[in-house]
Amino acid sequence: MYRLTFSTSAMAFSSTNVTIAFAKPSSSSSSFSKPYSSQLRFKFNKNDSFSTKRPSVCCVLTTPDQPTLLLRPDSLGRFGKFGGKYVPETLMYALTQLETAFTALATDHDFQKELDCILRDYVGRESPLYFAERLTQHYKRPNGEGPEIYLKREDLNHTGAHKINNAVAQALLAKKLGKQRIIAETGAGQHGVATATVCARFGLNCIIYMGAQDMERQALNVFRMKLLGAEVRAVHSGTATLKDATSEAIRDWVNNVETTHYILGSVAGPHPYPMMVREFHAVIGKETRKQALEKWGGKPDVLVACVGGGSNAMGLFHEFVDDKDVRLIGVEAAGFGVDTGKHAATLTQGEVGVLHGSLSYLLQDDEGQIIEPHSISAGLDYPGVGPEHSFLKDIGRAEYYSITDEEALEAFKRLSRLEGIIPALETSHALAYLEKLCPTLPNGTKVVLNCSGRGDKDVHTAIKYLQV
Amino acid sequence: MNLLTIVPKSASSFLHLHLQQHNNKPHSLFRLHSPNFVPFSLKPSFNLPMATLAASSPALGLSETFSKLKQDGKVALIPYITAGDPDLSTTAEALKVLDTCGSDIIELGIPYSDPLADGPVIQAAATRALANGANLDAILNMLKEVIPQLSCPIALFTYYNPILKRGVEKFMVTVKEVGVHGLVVPDVPLEETELLRHEASKHNIELVLLTTPTTPRERMKAIVEATEGFLYLVSSIGVTGARASVSERVQSLLQEIKAETNKPVAVGFGISKPEHVKQVAGWGADGVIVGSAAVKILGEATSPEEGLKKLEEYTKSLKSALI
Repeated sequence: MYRLTFSTSAMAFSSTNVTIAFAKPSSSSSSFSKPYSSQLRFKFNKNDSFSTKRPSVCCVLTTPDQPTLLLRPDSLGRFGKFGGKYVPETLMYALTQLETAFTALATDHDFQKELDCILRDYVGRESPLYFAERLTQHYKRPNGEGPEIYLKREDLNHTGAHKINNAVAQALLAKKLGKQRIIAETGAGQHGVATATVCARFGLNCIIYMGAQDMERQALNVFRMKLLGAEVRAVHSGTATLKDATSEAIRDWVNNVETTHYILGSVAGPHPYPMMVREFHAVIGKETRKQALEKWGGKPDVLVACVGGGSNAMGLFHEFVDDKDVRLIGVEAAGFGVDTGKHAATLTQGEVGVLHGSLSYLLQDDEGQIIEPHSISAGLDYPGVGPEHSFLKDIGRAEYYSITDEEALEAFKRLSRLEGIIPALETSHALAYLEKLCPTLPNGTKVVLNCSGRGDKDVHTAIKYLQV
Repeated sequence: MNLLTIVPKSASSFLHLHLQQHNNKPHSLFRLHSPNFVPFSLKPSFNLPMATLAASSPALGLSETFSKLKQDGKVALIPYITAGDPDLSTTAEALKVLDTCGSDIIELGIPYSDPLADGPVIQAAATRALANGANLDAILNMLKEVIPQLSCPIALFTYYNPILKRGVEKFMVTVKEVGVHGLVVPDVPLEETELLRHEASKHNIELVLLTTPTTPRERMKAIVEATEGFLYLVSSIGVTGARASVSERVQSLLQEIKAETNKPVAVGFGISKPEHVKQVAGWGADGVIVGSAAVKILGEATSPEEGLKKLEEYTKSLKSALI
């Protein structure tokens, strides 16, 4: 094991109120070295010291009395124009309280230590970066050339998906806030299971809101949550899916805000959730950087992840947003096809609007009413998307594509057959995009795909469609 | 590798937006009230004979209405109904019923697919209205016919996305054209109101802001400063919906607010009974907002006629609690 250390040089040229700083972002000791990250440098693990970022230039705006860093998000929770806090006034105090607590934890040594310990011993981090040899072989061209495909094995985490990274951290946060009652929404049930799990672990009361339709297609996860001691409340309004479960969870929070913490499961919702959930999942990208360096002495060339609300994608991307030579690709659900009106391709088909507390792309009709999405994957069946993805799309930093139910099912089967890994249907969307991506990539391109969850929960759904 | 452009934000600018008060409006004290009440037509119709008469006497704005009531030592009755539940012609009649039964302002809810601040009753009403084809244009067309027949001002209660979709400025222009006076947007807290307030102010629409029991005092002051028409005090921690009693906390909240401002304060969320109305008025509120209970009456009626009849009785019972 080797260790890279960089010294940080930050030269500031002060004028009256604007400072231009040339920073060499690398060392974890400098909280002001990363141009676009939030002000918080979470040290969930020791990987920061492996950072190999190239020097970059950043502009820092300062006011005479208080230096302000160019933040993503800014102080109002904005990623460009996206994000913000569009919630009933009743929740505003709780959001401020949450942000304050979150900020305080950045320097709370005990919290960091406890979280590190739980991520290692309970969640099972770090998750492997696995070279998918037969999948790689599958995409080799007749001349033997093709990209190399690696899977970031978040499916090997406790509870079977990346979701627990965030759930465990927010449960610790709730304890710090003195809140004993936890609520959460869930689509596929993975976030619900993760939340129920950490609530059992920390002895917190847990109520999960889940669309009635999702409860049917994810019956196994419903049983899991109940087994773990959570109360699962069926939501019948709308199409009885994730959107409606989220609305109901927010209403519960409005009603019980003084006693309850809402463990929102994606990089969506009002500020500070998109930032906070991203930071709690950023460990995915940090580990990937370190593991890539160990495995091939470089960085990934392309990152691929599925996007519903976008938490696993943001967790992988965040570490690399400033590395312009790393392509970021998000894959949405095209359902029956983007032309059918039955899809969940928010970024590729949606329009800007406000849903569940933030300004982002969303699926809406001409009247601004939210359109019910469709995807075979309950975790992607959401009409909105995290505001930072909207931002990354608009500035052209990340690319977003969509994959149909049918293509996802093929990929579900393909990975099972080629690698002995049954992926979640959500993850299968990212895997399916490899069919389109790989033929376009030069030989030896290092592709890291976030294997965000395992597919055991989806077997029941897949039986209806797949001949095996 | 700058991915962002830097846009310095003026954090305080939103506090200085309301450039104009509403002193320039035609000031008519001629208000149509019960003496002119024609029993509502049982067949759905937007046209009553008094339309021409009423059109010549535009209602006062929200703050003007409160000023007038204050002079008379009265407390405003502000009922809420959801537009298009069960259908728009019933809504049109309901507005007239509410008006003639002594409502001082009427809050009209624009149905939305994801009403985060609403409890089950108003959610269900919105779902029914949308299923029955209610949309913003149809609602505004109805209002264009009905508002001239009303003696009290209308404030729209709408979530933000339908406004954004239409375009904030276009929305303000359109609602002003049909004669709407005020606007309540429950999912836009103070920090996010800059654009709305700018456009509302430009088009002489009073943007009402909400404060709640969880709002810290300093923040409440900023909201009080920014609100127009009146301050909407949410009586309890939670979404809309009838509650058995009104929290005692409202009394002290009213005192705190009154210590900061002379602007009128109306209390809403959870108020459903004449005794609640009386109690809140007794605590010094300038207005009382009743929503879910009125919506429930219309929603549970076996026919629009029955609903309107019950709404009339109900509104009268609330009004008599304020006399």
